[in-house]
Amino acid sequence: MSDRMTWEAIAHLVPLGSRVLDLGCGDGAMLDYLQAQRGCSGYGIEIDDANVQACVKRGVNVIQLNLDEGLSMFADQSFDVVLQIDTLQHLRNAEVVLRETARVGRTGIVAFPNFAHWPNRVSVLAGRMPVTRRLPYQWYDTPNIRVGTHADLEVLAQRNQLQILDSFGIQNGRMIRWMPNLLASTSVLKFSR
Amino acid sequence: MLIATPQSKHFATPLDLQSGASIRDYSLSYETYGTLNAERSNAVLVCHALNASHHVAGVYEGQEKSAGWWDNMIGPGKPVDTDRFFVIGVNNLGSCFGSTGPMHENPDTGRPYGADFPVMTVEDWVAAQARLLDALGIDRLAAVMGGSLGGMQALSWSLQYPKRVGHAVVVASAPNLTAENIAFNEVARRAIVTDPDFHGGNFYAHDVIPKRGLRIARMIGHITYLSDDVMNEKFGRELRQGMDLKFTTQDIEFQIESYLRYQGDKFAEYFDANTYLLITRALDYFDPARSHDGNLSRALAAATAKFLLVSFTTDWRFSPKRSRELVKALLDNKRDVSYAEIDAPHGHDAFLLDDARYMGVVRSYFERISREVGAEQTGSSA
Repeated sequence: MSDRMTWEAIAHLVPLGSRVLDLGCGDGAMLDYLQAQRGCSGYGIEIDDANVQACVKRGVNVIQLNLDEGLSMFADQSFDVVLQIDTLQHLRNAEVVLRETARVGRTGIVAFPNFAHWPNRVSVLAGRMPVTRRLPYQWYDTPNIRVGTHADLEVLAQRNQLQILDSFGIQNGRMIRWMPNLLASTSVLKFSR
Repeated sequence: MLIATPQSKHFATPLDLQSGASIRDYSLSYETYGTLNAERSNAVLVCHALNASHHVAGVYEGQEKSAGWWDNMIGPGKPVDTDRFFVIGVNNLGSCFGSTGPMHENPDTGRPYGADFPVMTVEDWVAAQARLLDALGIDRLAAVMGGSLGGMQALSWSLQYPKRVGHAVVVASAPNLTAENIAFNEVARRAIVTDPDFHGGNFYAHDVIPKRGLRIARMIGHITYLSDDVMNEKFGRELRQGMDLKFTTQDIEFQIESYLRYQGDKFAEYFDANTYLLITRALDYFDPARSHDGNLSRALAAATAKFLLVSFTTDWRFSPKRSRELVKALLDNKRDVSYAEIDAPHGHDAFLLDDARYMGVVRSYFERISREVGAEQTGSSA
């Protein structure tokens, strides 16, 4: 999971008072923050029982769903912002869910670990899969079934005719606009249909 | 241990029913647990399903085995904590557990209502419950909750009296019954109605009980409340006696047969045949979207409560799909809703059983309600 600095940086991309759908909302911390600090409202989608309970406890609306089964419950353009923070890499149907994100939200914001961050490149050049603070798993036990780069994410968005509104990296809570594919451990893409 | 005390309230003013009929001089049985706070903001109404009553929690004085039907959910320190909330259980009209029902005297004739007991709808029950709350001086509920048919009442509360409901907790329920579900109810009703001891519903006068019909009704109901897996795990193909087949077509051979007959016999001892018909019919009729051309989203526009919905993956009688329809309709209206889909093996019965995830979600939700309404701990858990 992304650290607090990363998601706070992303939270500031969400306009004040937005209606937000947070796909893979975890324990609801992001939505809680958006509700309390930015006057937002909305729902989280989560599959894990313990996370669902954590959301309910903190008063965050949560709907227990498997994202791989799609977002048919949600109407077109029914949210200002749809977030996918550290979610894409866990999805079997990552491409479908990306398209669904753009259908349901006027704006989509995807953040996921950038495999092309330079320490990862160094590690692979040395012949080993990277194990870092951002990608803490061993290759054989990682829950990240989709491994991609900042550049890959842009290509996937373009392939689905999504309009890229912004694209940058985040490193230690700071926005990285210069060579994000090399210098940022988290890749962020803001897009619309 | 929580000691429950049943109470009863009489209502002289006629209650107009959806059918156009009305009922007068009726009484409602109810129980309350916990203490209503000074602001009267901590009341929780619990609605019951087919085979239950106002006896929701606790035990009766000196009767250790008389635990309420949702005693695992409601009580001191339980998910719905009676140290914080004032919980009300009420028996619905037409039932056979205390409130006015078909076995009671019809004031118009001086004889038991029998088949003349007016047909009740979920909306009628809710209207009757609202009158009870009026009498108890409760204007607004912190929450209304129920499972199955009880969930339908909780939903209906949010539509009929939106301003009186803070939260609606709807467990293992549905926006209406499917054709298959109505079909099961109809088989059960036919079993009762075709029992020669039914006498068109006026069996009280003949001093008999249509037990055969009730038994079959309960057997078929029971099958649908369980899942295939649970039944196989519990009974499998186990024989009742020994290892050898008896080659009999009428005697009990398999354990499952023995179990169903036992459940049927037990049920026929205490349940009223007319009540069974009335309650299953109320289930069949419930359909808030009906007056909105079948559009559930428009039907639920009236609801302003916050919702918690829970379903169970193996519940095929009130499947998760049906709960998701409710979630979608609430989303379409931008209502606050949370939804938990519990992967429990027990079928529809799961809503009455202990499952840590289920209990945990409800507990967390009520902790949140407690913070919102300032439901401080009022009693001790002793």
